[in-house]
Amino acid sequence: MTKKGITPLAFDEMMNADNSPRQPYATYNDWYAAQDKARLIVKSKDAENIFRKTGITFAVYGHADSAEKLIPFDLIPRIISGREWRKLAQGIEQRVIALNAFLDDIYHKQEIIKAGRIPRELIERNEAFLPQMIGFRPPGGVYTHIVGTDIVRTGEDQFYVLEDNARTPSGVSYMLENRETMMQMFPELFHQNRVRPVENYPYLLRQSLASLAPPGCEGKPRVAVLTPGIYNSAYYEHSFLADMMGVELVEGSDLRVIDGKVKMRTTRGYEAIDVLYRRVDDDYLDPLTFKPESALGVPGIMDVYRAGNITIANAPGTGICDDKAIYSYMPEIVEFYTGRKPLLENVPTWRCAEPDSLKYVLENLADLVVKEVHGSGGYGMLVGPTASKKERTLFAEKLKSRPNNYIAQPTLSLSTVPILVNKGIAPRHVDLRPYVLVSDKVQIIPGGLTRVALKAGSLVVNSSQGGGTKDTWVLED
Amino acid sequence: MLGRTANGLYWMFRYIERAENSARLIDAGLRMSLTRSEATEDDWDGVLQSSGVRDIYDDTHDKLTSADAIDFLLRERSNPSSVMSCIDAGRSNARMVRTALTRETWEATNECYLDLKALLARRVKPADLPEVIDAIKRKTGLIRGAFHGTMLRNEIFNFSRIGTFIERADNTARILDVKYYVLLPAVSQVGSSIDNVQWESILRSVSAHRSYGWVYEAEYKASNIADFLILNGRMPRSLAYCYEKIASNLGYLAREYGESHGAHATAEATLASLRSHSIKDVMDQGLHEYIENFISHNNRLGQEISDGYRFY
Repeated sequence: MTKKGITPLAFDEMMNADNSPRQPYATYNDWYAAQDKARLIVKSKDAENIFRKTGITFAVYGHADSAEKLIPFDLIPRIISGREWRKLAQGIEQRVIALNAFLDDIYHKQEIIKAGRIPRELIERNEAFLPQMIGFRPPGGVYTHIVGTDIVRTGEDQFYVLEDNARTPSGVSYMLENRETMMQMFPELFHQNRVRPVENYPYLLRQSLASLAPPGCEGKPRVAVLTPGIYNSAYYEHSFLADMMGVELVEGSDLRVIDGKVKMRTTRGYEAIDVLYRRVDDDYLDPLTFKPESALGVPGIMDVYRAGNITIANAPGTGICDDKAIYSYMPEIVEFYTGRKPLLENVPTWRCAEPDSLKYVLENLADLVVKEVHGSGGYGMLVGPTASKKERTLFAEKLKSRPNNYIAQPTLSLSTVPILVNKGIAPRHVDLRPYVLVSDKVQIIPGGLTRVALKAGSLVVNSSQGGGTKDTWVLED
Repeated sequence: MLGRTANGLYWMFRYIERAENSARLIDAGLRMSLTRSEATEDDWDGVLQSSGVRDIYDDTHDKLTSADAIDFLLRERSNPSSVMSCIDAGRSNARMVRTALTRETWEATNECYLDLKALLARRVKPADLPEVIDAIKRKTGLIRGAFHGTMLRNEIFNFSRIGTFIERADNTARILDVKYYVLLPAVSQVGSSIDNVQWESILRSVSAHRSYGWVYEAEYKASNIADFLILNGRMPRSLAYCYEKIASNLGYLAREYGESHGAHATAEATLASLRSHSIKDVMDQGLHEYIENFISHNNRLGQEISDGYRFY
């Protein structure tokens, strides 16, 4: 596969260099060969209509005219063998256990700092570190109830964790809707391939959340999803999850602290909530504790939380794990808390805060990807190899003025999976976000969200930057 | 159910009902300008008044033309009762209460919005108007069909229905309020040809020109028309019919919740009055006063429902 614009060295997950299918794709490839290609293009349009009709949209901030956009869906699945998955799952589980132990430690004894494995100022001066959480242990000792570990692949056996997403990983509704759409359009594929199911995710999520009800919960735990409202970019997902779990979808204006409990205003009066799956950032959660101007949160919820009368998922203060400078310490973190080497590798990362690293990064800007430590969604980053000289010069200035704000990584040659194009299929770079539920056990949903860069050669898979998605199959083998 | 959800359902269905009513008013207006020997812009004045937006129209227009009035009623965003504003607001509320709706109801609402947004993206050519009006009625009809065919008859259903009928009652009452003078007995008992056109226009604006004939044997008579729109419990847009529905849906809520509020008393009182009066009583009391009184009671009921069920 040496199509124009694609790194010739990129590992393609479907086809071998000799144009034979890789083993996980063997059955699919036979099916694909027998398809009328014009019909597939029609099906592709059908899929788009299904998504539009269902309202599976997201909002792109800063685009005046595009209040609601569709994330393009590509109908060639991304297929992972059972063997590959088991390896990934073990690594993810180890990592998620380490993340929770790390959070518990930094909000309690801070042994990792005392052991000199991570600099104190990186934790305590971090915007995402919440002093309000010091000395408090969330119900069940769980901080990250839902994690979305971003994985990239560069070779047959080479996987890297790109980000941990312990704050509020989004996109799980696409995982579910993509599968639903594929099963509607190509039921025969699911007879031919033994694909592990993902559709019980909402059920598992509800169970997982309910199992971590706070000590003050009386009777059956009442779960609710907290959304910033219909103008939030991920509103569709919030309503979808509440709907699928069969729980209330609440906004800050519905909630009030009464008699030491968080209660929601119903048509019959105020009723208590025990577990709140919040899709509102820490800063906006409680105007009495954090941003006073926030209208999205609940005044006083942090007091209720600390008194053991509500569970907040994910726990406030988990966002520190999404910090990319912290990320660069993940190998140490994993080893410190699990006593074992990480099963999944980190992408080598230069911390620009360190003078030697900064010097290296500035000298090699054309080969590196530079990211903001608090950034997400592909915003505020520089992809060295595809940036213009002028963009790199401008970015170098930003780097020099605020080195603490950046990390840099080598440009990885992400694996490719073909997408359907007008002339057949063409390889495009992908990443993978599996979803993990943490309660007294760690459950990893076999599948996840595959994001795909739709532009030939592009390495940016973010939906806000023109990326699409694929159904992700984990085979039973 | 969350108070906000009840509020969202109530307004979702009010707005969808209002969109349909606006389309119906335009339809009646068009028809009138076709059947008149000399079409006058005054007809559109009446339509804008019935829609309750005459003032907002004047804020943005120097003079009244039929083309501008139609565009204002169909597409104008600054007009909260234009078809497009209503569909947009209805769909926003539907998104907010998405978890309370069946997939079918949501999809019908979303499709209605997407299709009408495309259809109303530009000023509609006169030749295309009948088709557009038809599409509005059809798309909103599909929402109603999906809703009736798939929704559980629970509190969600009740709040939705209450929204529909409060809006519908308001709409019918407004039409009567604007046109009451053509229905006064003193004007004409037999009906001149001008009156006939006016009467038919009233009936058209509540989609009742055919059914009127079935009930009153095609005899155009002011008191019959008033009877049909106000007191006839079989006419789906009459005030009496709307209040039968409002009272019964409020009744379900009272039984389910085991409590009733001021709203229940207000609805029952209005219903009792509609049931016990004859059209002669109404005319004797004064049609205009009767209608104005009704509109203010209907508004008060909306407020009582909002308070009683903690919409805010």
